[in-house]
Amino acid sequence: MDQLRFITCGSVDDGKSTLIGRLLHDAGAVPDDQIAAMTRDSASLGNAGGGTDFALLVDGLTSEREQGITIDVAYRYFSTPRRKFIVADTPGHEQYTRNMVTGASTADLAIVLVDARKGVLTQTRRHSYLVSLLGLKTVVLAVTKMDLVEWSQSTFERIVSDYRAFAETIGLTTVIAVPVSGVTGDNIVTLGESAPWYRGDSLLSVLESVDVAHETTGAGFHMPVQSVIRPDLDFRGYAGQIVSGAIHPGDAVRISPSGQTSRIARIATFDGDLDRAVAGQSVTLALSDHVDVARGDVISAADRPLEAADQFEATIVWMADAPLLPGRAYDLKIGARTVSARITDIRHEVNVNTLEKLAARTLASNAIGVCHLSLGQDIAFAPYHQDRTLGGFILIDRESLATVGAGMIRFALRRSQNIHRQALTVDRAERAGVKGQKPAVVWFTGLSGAGKSTIANAVEALLTAEGRHTILIDGDNLRHGLSRDLGFTDADRVENIRRAAETARLMTDAGLIVLVSLISPFRADRQMARERMVDGEFFEGFIDTPLAVVEARDVKGLYAKARSGALTNFTGIDSPYEAPTHPDIHIRGDLTSVEDAARQIVEHLRAAGRLRAD
Amino acid sequence: MNAAPSTPDRLSHLQRLEAESLHIFREMAAECAKPVLLYSIGKDSAVLLHLARKAFYPAPPPFPLMHIDTTWKFRDMYALRDRMAVESGMELIVHTNPEGIARGINPFEHGSAVHTDVWKTQGLRQALDLHGFDAAIGGARRDEEASRAKERVFSFRAAGHRWDPRRQRPELWSLYNARVAAGESLRVFPMSNWTEADVWDYIAAEDIPVVPLYFAAPRPVVERSGTLIMVDDDRMPLNPGEVPRTLMVRFRTLGCYPLSGAVESEATTLDAIIAEMRGSRSSERQGRLIDADQVGSMEKKKTEGYF
Repeated sequence: MDQLRFITCGSVDDGKSTLIGRLLHDAGAVPDDQIAAMTRDSASLGNAGGGTDFALLVDGLTSEREQGITIDVAYRYFSTPRRKFIVADTPGHEQYTRNMVTGASTADLAIVLVDARKGVLTQTRRHSYLVSLLGLKTVVLAVTKMDLVEWSQSTFERIVSDYRAFAETIGLTTVIAVPVSGVTGDNIVTLGESAPWYRGDSLLSVLESVDVAHETTGAGFHMPVQSVIRPDLDFRGYAGQIVSGAIHPGDAVRISPSGQTSRIARIATFDGDLDRAVAGQSVTLALSDHVDVARGDVISAADRPLEAADQFEATIVWMADAPLLPGRAYDLKIGARTVSARITDIRHEVNVNTLEKLAARTLASNAIGVCHLSLGQDIAFAPYHQDRTLGGFILIDRESLATVGAGMIRFALRRSQNIHRQALTVDRAERAGVKGQKPAVVWFTGLSGAGKSTIANAVEALLTAEGRHTILIDGDNLRHGLSRDLGFTDADRVENIRRAAETARLMTDAGLIVLVSLISPFRADRQMARERMVDGEFFEGFIDTPLAVVEARDVKGLYAKARSGALTNFTGIDSPYEAPTHPDIHIRGDLTSVEDAARQIVEHLRAAGRLRAD
Repeated sequence: MNAAPSTPDRLSHLQRLEAESLHIFREMAAECAKPVLLYSIGKDSAVLLHLARKAFYPAPPPFPLMHIDTTWKFRDMYALRDRMAVESGMELIVHTNPEGIARGINPFEHGSAVHTDVWKTQGLRQALDLHGFDAAIGGARRDEEASRAKERVFSFRAAGHRWDPRRQRPELWSLYNARVAAGESLRVFPMSNWTEADVWDYIAAEDIPVVPLYFAAPRPVVERSGTLIMVDDDRMPLNPGEVPRTLMVRFRTLGCYPLSGAVESEATTLDAIIAEMRGSRSSERQGRLIDADQVGSMEKKKTEGYF
């Protein structure tokens, strides 16, 4: 017996709960005690005019809704003698895009509901677009409430033809249409008498027989390595779930992204070694050579290696309340690998109702955008439309650790291959060496008015006095030149910090000691700056002056303006400051004199070996 | 080396479920610092343990077993627990809430709500904190109970083990986010997509040892509020005039013996159990007295840290 996972798309108004309730009930999947509860509640809570309201079977979570508990994706299970079914149902209206995308990500097909009285609506198109976006190819179009249009054949055919015309434009290749009524039960489990003109199968028969190839043994063999299994010195195996293809002992394989090759020595399982393993199975592979394989690498058939790249175009579905910010560093998990990632550009946002392309600088919750990404290292991948596992990823916020987005790789930008870095004759070590120092960045962070720029100036004076070569990048000055096109939205702030960090990085290549003075309120952005630099060259300097103190000083009068509402997005007032948890240098701005602070920082650099050449 | 089983082109339903569970176990082990498998001895735990052993073969699972004991389990359950710990070669941690022992908490005098809270909910929280586990693996399934239908595979718990529905993470494809900050933790459910029927089919297919109480046998029972309760030891107080009868009974789910309802049955083999279950028209957890304590009962227990 095999398994079919599907998602139902539509709202309660389309008769979705009634349809699913009827399907579960007539397929015999509902226990007697739940049927008794449904019958009992139909009279008081039901909407079926006193008759049995099948929607009550799936709306069993109503009480939770009343308690204010969100229901996002609920999974239900039923089986017939021919198949086992797993149904993803997304009952709420709130967060609909996010929930539908989540439910569709593991589905083999989608049932799209259309109310016979209303025909193909905007929401039908939205649901279908999301289904196609997640790579589903097969849709069962259930035209519901047929009893309310007197089982009109022409109505059904008009809706089906409208839908097919649209489905074709978004790549849904297989559409199977069934006219049904959840209330009468016609054509759901068995064919009813009501529509003699209908020549197809009942909804359940379609679900039982439709061919959905969820594991492609024909494609090349690929398996992301989840873990290295080493019970003793004699065995070293790579555990993973095969995403496509088949493998046998003796087959030649290639490891991505390293490109090393070897052969399969054993396919080890608890039930004994296998002579063959196929897509979908979780196995442990032993190789015949000692090659370097780690979690996150992909083992592929030698003649079907995966591409590796670090720059992509991808479609991203944003799922967090806080918007996506270009430039900010997120963690990206694909297969079993997690790498750092930045969205370098939002090409456009997609209006899910009209499919129009819109210009966008951020993506809000439930928005979908086509973006460019830059990763911290190469990953092995396949475009999402070829393989869901090798091309689908999630984005994780580094601060909250929450899953904030989901993405589907469209293609690699190949910038890493096209733009060859110019080899330079004089390297950064030499440039710094002639100055008798090593490059460094001191990144001063703290509230507005904390004393960052004052202290940075004093540090620069001390360093210059002892013959060091420095540069000071000041947030305010940056705003007059390099970042004059940016405002103070979260997205613009991130971009401002990125520019400051890239500039600082260039300066370190020149061998300089760079002092950056920027409020930089978000940890993720400071982390991004740190990652731009060579290891050991970045020093986070926290100028820690309490809000009460800086607000009382209010040198520039900005706090007063912010408090009065004349200035918005002001750090510390209506925009948060995330203090460093482990700063390299920590100065209490209210308790330390500027001179002492500067001396402390210079001595820190000296102790770290930055003030001498090797 | 064993004989090589043949592999079909397309996986069966049970093979697909098994492969998914193994994948979940491996992700959890790779990303969590200190996981533990919560072993409660029932049929779901039996399958869970079996899957764990498969996931890391030929190495043993890289985490211990832990049983949150209430002291009121069936004697047959304790026997199987100790046997399986030996057979799997895994460390077995048994935690018994000292407060439960000190107060002599039992379902007869304190009621099922207090009994469950002290021994299981509080006991589990204590044990997780005591050992510093950041992930607890459980055998819960989404088909068990309405509020479980939306449970994540990697279920996030805020500090203090609280389940906050608003902080649950979307789970797409087979990509799980196992990241937690200090004090936060995860409950991981590798069998989320299994049903009761799948569990029995798999036990039969894989010949997995289960507690004999699942099979019908003559057992001493008393009837209380329409539920058959087995008199498993002499701690069970009998009402005046109440005399245990010996009936041919078995259990569909197992918990503490005073809280587990037996059903009359002639099913003495796995095939007979599976046939009986397919013919059965009542929910599996119907025999669990603790779920019916109060409205929205399971949901409430979960927010308090119940598994």
